[in-house]
Amino acid sequence: MTTPAERRKWTPSRRALPYLLLAPALAFELLVHLVPMLGGLWMSVLELTQFHVRNWIRAPFAGLDNYRFAIDFNGAVGAELLHSFLITCAFAVLTVAISWALGMFAATLLQRSFPGRAVLRALFLVPYALPVYTAVLIWKFMLDRSDGMVNTVLADLGLGGGTFWLLGDNAFLSLVITAVWRLWPFAFLALMAGMQSIPSDVHESATVDGAGPWQQFRSITVPMLRPVNQVLVLVLFLWTFNDFNVAYLLFDKSVPGAANLLSIHIYSSSFLTWNFGLGSAMSALLLLFLLVVTAGYLAFTSRRMKDV
Amino acid sequence: MDKRSLAAVSLIATLITAMLTGCAPPAENSHRITYWASNQGKSSEQDLRILGAELAKFTERTGIEVDVEVIGWSDLLNRILGAATSGVAPDVVNLGNTWAASLQATGAFVPFDDPLMDRFGGRDRFLDSSMSSTGMPGRAPSSLPLYGLSYGLFYDKARFAEAGIDPPRDWQEFLVAAKRLTDPARDRWGLTIAGASYTENAHFAFMFGRQQGTHLIDERGNATFTSPEAVAAVQQYVDLMGAEGVVSPDDAEEGNASGAASNFTNGRAAMLIAQNSVIPTLQENGMPDEAYGVVPLPVPDPLPPGGRAVRSHVAGSNVAVFADSPRREQALALVEFLTSAEEQAILNDQYGTLPVVEDAYGHPAFHTPKNQVFREVLATGSETVPMIPNEAHFETTVGAAMRDLFAEIATGRQVGAAEVREALSDAEQKMRGSGG
Repeated sequence: MTTPAERRKWTPSRRALPYLLLAPALAFELLVHLVPMLGGLWMSVLELTQFHVRNWIRAPFAGLDNYRFAIDFNGAVGAELLHSFLITCAFAVLTVAISWALGMFAATLLQRSFPGRAVLRALFLVPYALPVYTAVLIWKFMLDRSDGMVNTVLADLGLGGGTFWLLGDNAFLSLVITAVWRLWPFAFLALMAGMQSIPSDVHESATVDGAGPWQQFRSITVPMLRPVNQVLVLVLFLWTFNDFNVAYLLFDKSVPGAANLLSIHIYSSSFLTWNFGLGSAMSALLLLFLLVVTAGYLAFTSRRMKDV
Repeated sequence: MDKRSLAAVSLIATLITAMLTGCAPPAENSHRITYWASNQGKSSEQDLRILGAELAKFTERTGIEVDVEVIGWSDLLNRILGAATSGVAPDVVNLGNTWAASLQATGAFVPFDDPLMDRFGGRDRFLDSSMSSTGMPGRAPSSLPLYGLSYGLFYDKARFAEAGIDPPRDWQEFLVAAKRLTDPARDRWGLTIAGASYTENAHFAFMFGRQQGTHLIDERGNATFTSPEAVAAVQQYVDLMGAEGVVSPDDAEEGNASGAASNFTNGRAAMLIAQNSVIPTLQENGMPDEAYGVVPLPVPDPLPPGGRAVRSHVAGSNVAVFADSPRREQALALVEFLTSAEEQAILNDQYGTLPVVEDAYGHPAFHTPKNQVFREVLATGSETVPMIPNEAHFETTVGAAMRDLFAEIATGRQVGAAEVREALSDAEQKMRGSGG
């Protein structure tokens, strides 16, 4: 049995305590994220095809060949990667912008009290609460050319119908619509929480000073939501840029060229053509791009925060 | 260390131990093996019912219990690759026979060399055609055939009788019949296809390619997708929706054979080119057996110079044993059971597939007129897709190029030889660019 004096001997110092408390989380973070990431980077410099996948650690060293293939935009592999990258950029920017705008609109609308507000708030969250599989399949059925609801409604309104939504260039539009439908409730939720943290007397004072709703929105709501927006836009962008589920579920393994997102392209390169080294190199390039974008974004937004 | 610290450390140690043991493979039991079965029937439930009854027999005879998991075709290859990479694998697995060479290259499976083949009755006990799709030429097979399949042309008897036409015997007759049975205004079409399925597309590229006199792959395994024969073969298929107009543009969205089968059973299309595995789906969709007939896939008459009358690729499912299995003997006992004449007759009869061993053909189910057609095609009218390690890559690149061509046709673009050649050139570059 330890005496009180001995017990004191084991008490960590004040400076060491935070590190000790963080240590388990750090260890698990390393195990869960860093080790697979390093594994992926190692794979990207290996000639990892079906011949070596079983004992991948011993696959022949390929150096930077996989990276050269991936960024040789004159070759078929690089050209397709560039095409996917540009599609993904357009998809991410459009999806985040529309989701944010819809979220902001709905959050502003629901700031005022009116009958049925609670019901509306719950309804807005339904797309986010639905499992992604269910949500995307609903859209897949609705966008079907011959029996889908979208074409049926368009035909009933005399606006056409018979359009292929899941083929050709329209596939991109379908992808954006489905992704926005899934994502905007999260923006709505985050912005609504942010708006509720704005003290009501600020708006009241502005009203007394004669500021209209639009002026209040521009001069009070948006600036005071800046910390929320800073995180929200970054998170939405990262989720959207890496999104795999929506395209995969919407088009199965037959993703049209117009909707061939980077994550889908990497999946095809790895698992359908059995070139895991090339797929890993593409993943590493994607990681590098997202790190650069994130760092640039954080540097830019924190400078603006300081300027305010 | 005080009691609280000791308790905390013990708790963490227990948790970590529990997590690590949770990751470890289950304790080995030499009388229990795992089997990943491909989805052969109408549903996984039906497969489990059919296989469960037969595997119970196996357990009764050998004392070996089998944990069976039925895996859909869309997930099977990924699961096998994952198992090969991680080493956490089942003992026995089914695979699509066109993947045989690609999977053999991983070295994950037990090779069936001559001494081992003797245990299964020797190579000669199996159909030559099915045996040709078990791995690379000149090497011991890494899988054995299990269920035999081939393509055939299904036709709706009532629609043919109504139009007063007979089942087509050659490609020219087929086109005439398909045009007569097509009425876009009534949404009635001569033929239905799964235009968005890259695997189905690749099968047709291969079959029509052989009719035109090319393999789409040269003797060194390099892609030759842009040869005039290959372009003609792919154009022959996509023209069914384009220039010939006998396939609905909606079929450009059909991602699998069962979607096309639905178009056939609901009367939208009068013909369907499919493997015999589609028969349970036709039954499930309520189409009586006597409502449709089957003839071999018609080929051009005369064939183009160098062309062969190939009406199907050698299709089917194989069975393999993972080389790392600590229960190899028990796993091989299961393969022996599944390939026995008795089980071949029972399983293939229930799945609507064909036995892969000669000694199972005594069963009357395999002598019906429809099964005779599939059997004849498999035995004499089929060829093996190139057994090269990058076969999976061939299917992906060519099949996806054809899917995109169908999408272009469906959305109103003209697709001629130049467009087909351009799409195939792109596919060829992709295949060569990443190791093909």
